[in-house]
Amino acid sequence: MIAAPNARALFLTFLGIGLSGFGGVLPFARRALVERRGWMTEGGFNETLALCQSLPGPNIVNLSVVVGSRFAGAYGAFASVFGLVAAPVGLVMVLAGLWGRFGAIGHVASAVTALSAAAAGLVAATAARMARPLLSGSPLLGGVVMAAAFVAVGVLRSPLPLVMLVLAPLSVLAARWRAR
Amino acid sequence: MRLPLELLVGLFAQFALLSLVAFGGANSVVPEMQRLAVESHHWMSDKEFTALFAISQSAPGPNLMIATLVGWKVAGVGGALVATVAICGPSCLLTYWAAKAWDRRRNSAWGRAIASGLAPVTVGMVSATAWLLLRAADLNLRLGAISATTAIVAYFTRLNPLWCLAAAAGLGLSGFL
Repeated sequence: MIAAPNARALFLTFLGIGLSGFGGVLPFARRALVERRGWMTEGGFNETLALCQSLPGPNIVNLSVVVGSRFAGAYGAFASVFGLVAAPVGLVMVLAGLWGRFGAIGHVASAVTALSAAAAGLVAATAARMARPLLSGSPLLGGVVMAAAFVAVGVLRSPLPLVMLVLAPLSVLAARWRAR
Repeated sequence: MRLPLELLVGLFAQFALLSLVAFGGANSVVPEMQRLAVESHHWMSDKEFTALFAISQSAPGPNLMIATLVGWKVAGVGGALVATVAICGPSCLLTYWAAKAWDRRRNSAWGRAIASGLAPVTVGMVSATAWLLLRAADLNLRLGAISATTAIVAYFTRLNPLWCLAAAAGLGLSGFL
């Protein structure tokens, strides 16, 4: 077990996560918390993210609240959220100003397009990595629920709250029944 | 035109409410945000909203920053700060208390069932996000190759993904695409 980080370490780690997260923060959050710092296990990350996704609000911000408060209480939660959000918020306003002046230039637009493509690939890799501990545990049940969530949200484009409301209780009940 | 303070209070109240219904993340309330900003309050045109959304997606950071930019457009830096605090604050408080309650119960039989039951739903949703992003981003074979290369490098190596993103942006900037 690694020593619990203090508020300063939490602030700096989430600052790094926020500033790296082009086109989505999740891949960088998983990499920093699980692979680099070792603050969470693979399964612990999935479990915490699941909790955060079942609550309203930006998932990664929720994740920073949970991680921060677990290690350093309310102060740690605040340090984590502030670290995650403050710098990107400043940057995005600068970017909006710049975009207003230079956004029409073709090369800038195609750089942003290429960036989006790479960012999408990154999320795909994260999904694959997250699926690993799941499929090694109870592959059939986990796989079926995973596929159902994927089809509902990605193909049928059902509203997320609805998918959560239907799938989550079913999946939890199935897991409870299996564990008996 | 209303008083700035009145405007800021209204912005805060509406975004704070959105914070509490944003199940599945900030992107799930983007359509509602668009309705508020464009149709109800006429803060901006539909085109302006779409541009702000694209900018918020191309910046680093959590995907709540469309709220920041709407606030910025409505009332400058003050509006941006108010909108940002409003979209995170209420859900953060809720999560703080929920996580405390969760940590007390996670090792009960139901706690373990909830954890192992919710995990595959989450992974399915992340997969769906990846799929939707890939569909929107991969407009041609070259862009598809960029996505595939990034995915393979990120899955099989521990290389910092920023290198892939920088390389992609460089390719785009150089006019290769």
